[in-house]
Amino acid sequence: MGRLKLFIPLFVFLVLAGLFFAVETEVSEGEYDPKALPSALIGQPFPAFTLPALLREDPVDESLLKGKVSIVNVWATWCPTCLFEHPFLVDLSERGEVVVFGINYKDNPDKAREWLAAKGNPFAVNIVDESGKLGLDLGVTGAPETFVVDKAGIVRMRYQGGLDETIWQRRFVPLLEQIAAEETL
Amino acid sequence: MRLGFFLLWMTLLPPAAQAVVDAYQFDSEADRRRYNALIDELRCPKCQNQNLAGSDAPIAQDLRSEVYRMIQAGDSDQEILNFMHRRYGDFVLYRPRLTLETLALWLGPLLLVAIGGLIWWRLSRGVEKSEAVESENLSETEQARLKALLEQRDD
Repeated sequence: MGRLKLFIPLFVFLVLAGLFFAVETEVSEGEYDPKALPSALIGQPFPAFTLPALLREDPVDESLLKGKVSIVNVWATWCPTCLFEHPFLVDLSERGEVVVFGINYKDNPDKAREWLAAKGNPFAVNIVDESGKLGLDLGVTGAPETFVVDKAGIVRMRYQGGLDETIWQRRFVPLLEQIAAEETL
Repeated sequence: MRLGFFLLWMTLLPPAAQAVVDAYQFDSEADRRRYNALIDELRCPKCQNQNLAGSDAPIAQDLRSEVYRMIQAGDSDQEILNFMHRRYGDFVLYRPRLTLETLALWLGPLLLVAIGGLIWWRLSRGVEKSEAVESENLSETEQARLKALLEQRDD
């Protein structure tokens, strides 16, 4: 027994090493982000808003998001990661699997229009949130952030950070399949 | 030596001393105190561990201006905390509400103290035991052996 006690530190070390290795693997595979903040809005209705649209005359409100499953992407021209994920969003909207809306967050609308003209426009409608008020109601901490909103206008998921095909397949597709399954019930 | 004390003192200064200062005008000194208390108490959602008062992140600036706006509009502290909690969840409160999810935060330290206390108690009992063994009288065979050894040395 006394001998075995000597191995307690080694045992503790092995357990901790295993734990850290597992967490670090999750982080490097993009499964777990220690900086990602759980959204307080999951399961809640998308916040009410009435804001101008970027390429439309009339203002839009939250009824825009009802009746179909939609992806709402918070972006800005000042945000480097938005530049990185933009080609993926263009690709996603071309595939037509799901409708993509944009929230142009705390940005200059003229610059935003230039950006979309130059790089392609993946957004069905772009909500102009120049003051960041809608972003605040959404609990946005920066850009890019992406929300999944179901047919009833309920927020189902929030993803912080740039999108690409891997993250889309791993994080979004299962949820979209689940939402589709709920609707056929 | 005095320099040493000074440096030690510097390291003990709380980091909040480097708070960002916004030029907000308040109607009363009480409102200013409420504002300062709230931005001290609320956590910047973009940062890992900074309060609103200490952060330069754009979101922290926005939230400070929101706190200011709500104070000017006459909202109570609780209304402001609820507003932030609805948007940013428990993370935004440096004293999170006691829920099933935050239970570990509230009870974890007590658990650690309890474990520490238990270990300390076990160890101190072990010491008493070994002291007790030493003070006990030697058995007959041991006494005989001790005598033999001592006699050996005398030779």
